[in-house]
Amino acid sequence: MAETLDYSWPAKEKRRVIGKPLPRIDGYAKSSGRAKYAYDVHRPGMLYGALLTCPHAHARITSIDTSAAEKSPGVMAVDLMARPGEEIQYAGYEIASVAATTLEQARDAVRKIKVAYEVLPHLVDERDLAKAGSRAKASGEQVSGDPDQAFKEADVVSEGFYGIPVLTHCCMEAHGQVIEWKPDRFDYWPSTQNVSGVGGDLAKVLEIPATNVHTHMEAMGGGFGSKFSHDRIGETCARLSRKAGGRPVKLFLDRSTELEIAGNRPSFFARIKLAAKKDGMVTAWESESWATGGPGGANLPAGSLPYVFRGVPNKRMTHTSVSINAAPQRAWRAPNNPQLSYLTCAAMEDLAAKLNMDPVEFFHKNLEYAGAPGPDVFRAQLQKAAELAEWKKLWRPRGQSGPGPVKRGLGIGFNMWYGLGHASRALTRIHPDGSVEVEIGSQDLGTGTRTVIAMVAAETLGLPVSAIKVKIGENAYPPSGASGGSTTVGGVSASTRKSSMNALVKLFEVVSDALGAPPGELEAVGGKIQVKGNPSKSITWQAACKKLGTKTIQEMGENAQRGPGGLINGGAGGVQIADVSVDTETGLVKMNRMVAVQDCGLIINPKTAESQVYGAVMLSIAGALFEERIMDQITGRMLNPGFEFYKLPGIGDVGEIIVHLNVEPEHDKRGVIGLGEPPVVGGIAAIANAVANAIGVRVPVVPLTPDKVLKALEGRA
Amino acid sequence: MQAFEYARPSTVQEAVSLLGNSWEDANLLAGGTDLLSLMKDYIHTPKRLVSLKGIKELEGIRKSAGGLRIGALVTLEELLRNPDVRKEYPSLAAAARGVASPQMRNMGTVGGDLCQRPRCWYFRLGFGLLAKGPNGESLVPSGDNRYHAIFNNRGPAYFVSASSFGPPLVALGATVNLVSPSGTRELPVEKFFVAPATENARENVLAPNEILTEILVPPAAGVRNATYEVRQKMALDYPLATASVALRMRGNTVASARIVLGHVAPVPWRAQAAEKALTGKTLNAAAIEEAAKAAVQGATPLSMNGYKVQLASVAVKRALEEAAQART
Repeated sequence: MAETLDYSWPAKEKRRVIGKPLPRIDGYAKSSGRAKYAYDVHRPGMLYGALLTCPHAHARITSIDTSAAEKSPGVMAVDLMARPGEEIQYAGYEIASVAATTLEQARDAVRKIKVAYEVLPHLVDERDLAKAGSRAKASGEQVSGDPDQAFKEADVVSEGFYGIPVLTHCCMEAHGQVIEWKPDRFDYWPSTQNVSGVGGDLAKVLEIPATNVHTHMEAMGGGFGSKFSHDRIGETCARLSRKAGGRPVKLFLDRSTELEIAGNRPSFFARIKLAAKKDGMVTAWESESWATGGPGGANLPAGSLPYVFRGVPNKRMTHTSVSINAAPQRAWRAPNNPQLSYLTCAAMEDLAAKLNMDPVEFFHKNLEYAGAPGPDVFRAQLQKAAELAEWKKLWRPRGQSGPGPVKRGLGIGFNMWYGLGHASRALTRIHPDGSVEVEIGSQDLGTGTRTVIAMVAAETLGLPVSAIKVKIGENAYPPSGASGGSTTVGGVSASTRKSSMNALVKLFEVVSDALGAPPGELEAVGGKIQVKGNPSKSITWQAACKKLGTKTIQEMGENAQRGPGGLINGGAGGVQIADVSVDTETGLVKMNRMVAVQDCGLIINPKTAESQVYGAVMLSIAGALFEERIMDQITGRMLNPGFEFYKLPGIGDVGEIIVHLNVEPEHDKRGVIGLGEPPVVGGIAAIANAVANAIGVRVPVVPLTPDKVLKALEGRA
Repeated sequence: MQAFEYARPSTVQEAVSLLGNSWEDANLLAGGTDLLSLMKDYIHTPKRLVSLKGIKELEGIRKSAGGLRIGALVTLEELLRNPDVRKEYPSLAAAARGVASPQMRNMGTVGGDLCQRPRCWYFRLGFGLLAKGPNGESLVPSGDNRYHAIFNNRGPAYFVSASSFGPPLVALGATVNLVSPSGTRELPVEKFFVAPATENARENVLAPNEILTEILVPPAAGVRNATYEVRQKMALDYPLATASVALRMRGNTVASARIVLGHVAPVPWRAQAAEKALTGKTLNAAAIEEAAKAAVQGATPLSMNGYKVQLASVAVKRALEEAAQART
């Protein structure tokens, strides 16, 4: 029976739950503080951990003495995370941990550990490539077409320098966990993007059976790609618990260590040269880029420039990876895409300005070169975005914003992403009392995953959302993939659809006789099981379930690894237009408005989908105007490991955000496409282009802080 | 945070007796918005905290013929809501509003604002008040000094005074009362702030056993005053530069002017050249422009903070423009 089922989404006009802008089912719990994050977990007899980290950017440990810490009041366990002789590659690297009765005691004690270092020379700043010396590793030149000939034949050539610094993930809930390691049972409360997998990974390191590990996570306070691993603090937390006789230990990074080591996004700097014909068509791209993502540097995957406009026929690219003494990069929401979008869209906008072309017209033309989702989708989005941004009314050619010190400008940025769905299994249970639960070993990163699962099950079973109990956040549930790459909604919506439909068919079989129709002729609508299209031959959900007697229906559903299976898809795109005002006397940039037009296939919940875009736009504003990791060249330390100097926008800094999601039939029919990443890609480019448009000059390196804006204006004068 | 003894006296006299000969012996706790983070980061580890919250005489705003008396424990929010402050001292109200976080305004006190420690990132990372490197040299001149001083920055102090109320209070000619076991002294706010010469000195003249009890602001009748802050964020963010002005007018003519810059020097910085440029002039666009230019004469920006010269000048211009429009 199961293999012949048609799992496809109901036709748009027949959907009763999917497509409705419903509030999150965990919204009240979260806004009232009842939702429990890993940080909120308190266990009887729990100890508190603290870390000692390395204050030097590059050093060799010569000795470690923990004796004073061991005798410090309240200390129950000390764990070494590094050894004498070890070479440390960045400040903030974990050296040792302590568990004590109170957090204050743990912090006092950890400072009593004496570590002697041989301090080694460091490099923490990659902006000046000439100073990188042997830390810079150039990869070979990539050439396609005949760029030399194309530049020779060009009507216009535009050259520029562009840069985007390292950002950190800034998870509001820091990295960490509570661990209780008993001889035959290991309870683990991490803040993780990988509920199904992270416990097994940690078990392997600790050499304990994966069967002992019980991972729990009810709510999660931000990961953005930095919380896939148990991390070194997960390992040390476990050892502290064991050394303390199995008492639970809570160990989280403090704010400054969180910003220093718990994930960052690589920088990207590039000198870019473009050739074009008089009509605006780009004919050649040349770029020399460099980047760092910490000790391992940062590579440029082949073919990733120019971004979106991949079909530019003649290209020459070189890239240099710079290794520096700062914590290693981690995946950051659409890895590399925001940087590449900025480099590409800024260089192209500068070319449009040189051509005296309206950027809308210029980009429209060059979208001929666009990869997935293709020129047509992007062009329609560009047109829509221009309309919503009042482009025709508000746009002026670069630098012609009019008199007065405050200049207004508009700018465009593009995004694309892959989506699809990760491997996911779901279990749907229908109980004789009519209650329904869906179990998935997934996690809700704050994106609305719980709500989406409930909506898909409700739609499938013909029930209200409130009738579905969603159980996620335990590794005891059927395994589901880590939340990365915008694959969660694809994974869990497909597995939930299938498990719920499989369970429903079992219920149809039970009531088939009573309704006098074969199971294949039944449908679940509005809290009833009925003969298809015939409400007069029906039985209520409750009465149907009662017929189960003492037997609960329990059915699985599975989404295979990342393939489009009819229910889901990949390859989304979007266009964003920023509207800014720049005070040319102070260099302050104010957001007036951001328009985000986005394609994401079939939308299960427009409200949580829009929220994703709002959040993404805010991160773009942060990256364009405020955020940067500032490293001190002398001390090798991060100077701004806190939210005073690592600036993030508040609500008053954000301006108006207009979200337009493509819901036309040609988008809907593609199936579900994840939206976590694409809308965070093009915003920095749009804002930086808007600033250039407003003030008549490119501010080459973001964030566009007053010092840089004023410097660019000085250069113009 | 290191363990400490906690005392909660109910009179100033009692509080003073609980203080010691150094800040490491004892320190004062008011709103705690700065002190507690310094303690959590082990930048400051006092053995005893003396809470001021039980001392009634440190509370309240009172207006009299002699001017405005602000108790040291008055919160930023109380100050901001006070009708006399809003009406006659817009420069103080603007400074309070500039602390753009209700939580900070509800907890932070006016006395605490005047006594808060510098925000210099080297200091906050544990390199000391004077930000010394491993060889005893200051880290600031050759390091990242984008937020540091552009005036009075020949060392050893390079940080900027973080106080929001320092500049407007200096501009208004306010005084503070300081109480110690040897009695009370009244001091102009301008004299309260000092640039420390040694690591163990402070950014003000308070002795470790002394308490700032109240602020006395002269009457503002006929004094046009305004504060303009250049802040990067609308949300909570220390300003990059500020200017507070207080102008005594004779008709349309400036009889006397006080122009004080904030976040540009280790102390609130009197722009005397600007004051001079404006005195005796008609308060118009040309005079304002000239004063704004004069305000940053003699600035000595460091390697990365030249932009602050421009910001300070613009802050003066805009503060004066606001004052010019004020009715007071």
